[in-house]
Amino acid sequence: MDFLQQFCQQTLNGLSLGSIYALLALGYTMVYGIIKLINFAHGDILMVGAFVSYFVLKQWGITPVTLMLSFLPAMLFCLTLGVTMEKLCYKPLRNQPRINSLITAIGVSFLLENGARVLPMIGPNPRVFPTLPVVNYNWFGLVSISQVQILVFVVAIFLMLVLNYIVSFTKIGKAMRAVSFDKGASALMGINVDRVISFTFVLGSSLAAAAGILFASAYPQIEPYMGIMPGMKAFIAAVLGGIGSIPGAVLGGLILGVAETLTKGFLSSQLSDAIAFGLLILILVVKPSGLLGKPMGEKV
Amino acid sequence: MTVLKTENISIQFGGLMAVSGLNLDIKEGELVGLIGPNGAGKTTIFNMLTGVYKPTNGRIMIKDRKDEVQDIRKLHPYQITALGMARTFQNIRLFKDLTVLDNVRIANHLNVEYNTLDAVLRLPKYYQEEERIEEQSMELLKIFNIEAKSGELAKNLPYGEQRKLEIVRALATKPHILLLDEPAAGMNPQETQELMDLIEYIKERFALTILLIEHDMKLVMGICQRIYVLDYGRTIARGTPAEIANNPLVIKAYLGKEMENDA
Amino acid sequence: MSKKKTTVVSGFVVAIVLLLLNVLVALRIIDEYTSQVLTIAGINVIIALGLNLISGFTGQLALGHAGFMAVGAYTTAALMMKLNIHVFPAIIGGALMAAIFGFLIGLPTLRLRGDYLAIVTLGFGEIIRVVMINLPDLTGGPAGLKGIPTYTTNFFWRPVVSFALVYFVLAFVVVLLSNLLRSSHGKAIISIREDEIAANAMGINVFYYKIFSFTVSAFIGGLGGALYAPFFGYLSPNMFNFQKSVEFLIIVVLGGMGNLTGTVLAGIGLTYLQEVLRFLKDYRLVIYPLILIVVMIFQPSGIMGLFGNREFSLATLINKLNSERPTQEKSSDKAGEVQ
Repeated sequence: MDFLQQFCQQTLNGLSLGSIYALLALGYTMVYGIIKLINFAHGDILMVGAFVSYFVLKQWGITPVTLMLSFLPAMLFCLTLGVTMEKLCYKPLRNQPRINSLITAIGVSFLLENGARVLPMIGPNPRVFPTLPVVNYNWFGLVSISQVQILVFVVAIFLMLVLNYIVSFTKIGKAMRAVSFDKGASALMGINVDRVISFTFVLGSSLAAAAGILFASAYPQIEPYMGIMPGMKAFIAAVLGGIGSIPGAVLGGLILGVAETLTKGFLSSQLSDAIAFGLLILILVVKPSGLLGKPMGEKV
Repeated sequence: MTVLKTENISIQFGGLMAVSGLNLDIKEGELVGLIGPNGAGKTTIFNMLTGVYKPTNGRIMIKDRKDEVQDIRKLHPYQITALGMARTFQNIRLFKDLTVLDNVRIANHLNVEYNTLDAVLRLPKYYQEEERIEEQSMELLKIFNIEAKSGELAKNLPYGEQRKLEIVRALATKPHILLLDEPAAGMNPQETQELMDLIEYIKERFALTILLIEHDMKLVMGICQRIYVLDYGRTIARGTPAEIANNPLVIKAYLGKEMENDA
Repeated sequence: MSKKKTTVVSGFVVAIVLLLLNVLVALRIIDEYTSQVLTIAGINVIIALGLNLISGFTGQLALGHAGFMAVGAYTTAALMMKLNIHVFPAIIGGALMAAIFGFLIGLPTLRLRGDYLAIVTLGFGEIIRVVMINLPDLTGGPAGLKGIPTYTTNFFWRPVVSFALVYFVLAFVVVLLSNLLRSSHGKAIISIREDEIAANAMGINVFYYKIFSFTVSAFIGGLGGALYAPFFGYLSPNMFNFQKSVEFLIIVVLGGMGNLTGTVLAGIGLTYLQEVLRFLKDYRLVIYPLILIVVMIFQPSGIMGLFGNREFSLATLINKLNSERPTQEKSSDKAGEVQ
């Protein structure tokens, strides 16, 4: 395989992985934009989403149709989980120092991971996620794209378009933007801030569930800790793009995905995890507000 | 002798020009008022003077403790405080969960003469210095009549005393220029009168130059020697209280609005 | 009694208590198993104290103290095994190396909002593990590093020496930290947690103190790891995972953020509990995060919050016992432990 071919192939793989990061990063960025919380448990929602789909597919058997249908229960389950988490764990801490909710978020994350470990139906051992037989399509002899990658692109783009519609054109979406701009003023304007926050968790968690199914389809081994790494990388993607910025999260996710597969392809696979953190440090030094973010000063 | 001077400073937030072309010139020992309707940019000016915000353009000069002129536009807040300019906050930013005394002790930070090693190993210098700092802090608290509450947590003080503690804390940094951001906000007329007397007293006692933001017109007119009036980020008038009170622009922009609001 | 005199008396009391405990260990009145658990507890407390300095007192959440522990442990082991350096300078070397890492991580991160430190330290903790696995010459790779020289090869003295050293260092760290935190420099650190902008306006170089606090915190974390290597004699990268970092956080949170006494109590208590609850196996893993969540929601100031956030102070205790002579000492010292 010559250099150009491998470069194109790895870039394509990276864009596919990056789309999954992007879906996850959207949840981080929206929640951070609205309540200034790094929701450490967000990556674990991905894990839960993957497991819900796993059980559904075990029941129904794997076909393209059942795979698509399994998004529905997974997303529903996860959005319920996300909202419950917010109401039970984060809401009571909203007026306390931010470090307290951060610590709680870590607790929630561990609870989900270790809870999954001790649940008899899940357990600590990795399971094989049902996949469709692999079909590769060749493009101009340059790159080959698998049907899983096509699925990733189609689902990711569709969900991003839906999200864009919700945030830009619906009433609740406008309320979300208003709350992230100024919570106090929004409340005075009659916006139900609590509902907007819950809705943000609904959106974020459903996207994470979808990301979980896509991730499991691409890397068909699922276990309770599977969400940690993608979760961290998605957060880095959100910072990279500018935390709080929705297009930033998508851009950051794609960049991170490509950086990772290129590192894997051309440098070493061990370094591919480190590259994400390298990028994080780099962006924090060079442009802490991220590629598309606006610098935020604290009000005095 | 000028101790604080701004040359044409402006600051922009996004598309909004919050303050534009401000020229302050404050002489040693003056007590100057900064007034204007809500959103006129008064607190923003304080934030620029103290290094919290960087002005988009213009220069800010102060005379430091050694009477040398310094351009402070690029300095951090703690460096500006070290040069001898201290401030209070309009929205009270005390160290809530620490005692009143600790609040003042922290503000003495710049005058502490022992290093971390002295502290950790409890060398004699530590004890001497701590004793001195505590004495000085108590003395300041006494001036504002809150020394009896030195052991209480700052958050448990009544509102008026929290405002006073803000001033004590600023004084503890040993400034020669003091910026007071609405020191009488939320006080009743009697408390306000008391505070006015106190401000005049500390001004003499510590040889201060004071710049004061205030909403209470009576307070401003009563104690300020000169007044700057701001509206929408621009200086619309400057002069003695008497001149300001008769300035038609001010009456229109500021007093007029106030009266409407009051009515 | 004068302040200085109280300090001297307190020092004696601490020394005697330490000595007494060591005698109990030597005579096996505290049996070997218990002393081993207590030694691990001591190490956990030391690292948690370091974490409390940056997270509890300075208000900046750090999630990578297992990483600093690893750096301290592996550096100490390498210094002893590769360079044949004596165990004591090797321990100092391990702690210093962790401090250097802390400084380098803090430099780009601590200028920014507090949340970034959490994610960067978390990443550091994970990456350091990957690095350890990929440096088999130094670390033994994924299989772990065996044959680290222990404090002594004498079976009778081994538990005694480990125990004595760890608790001596623990006492030392507690004294230094409490002295620091009650001084003006320490108050400057605490004021950052309370209100960064106000602290800055009071003339405090916030960035400097954050870096200072984080570097010291990393040093103490490394010190804990450095003590661990010759005590255990074996290291493996997976001992220092994120789970471990969170265990330290739980100690700090349960004891009360910004309270040294609480960290000591919670550290010893939780380590002991961990042993008692061994039969629960994986279910233990569910209890820890529940502790975090429940404490944060219902008792955010931890167990010491129930006692008004006071610190245990030997000086105060001595002054109380010494009641025939009334003193000027403040009995409600807010941030003091063994004076």
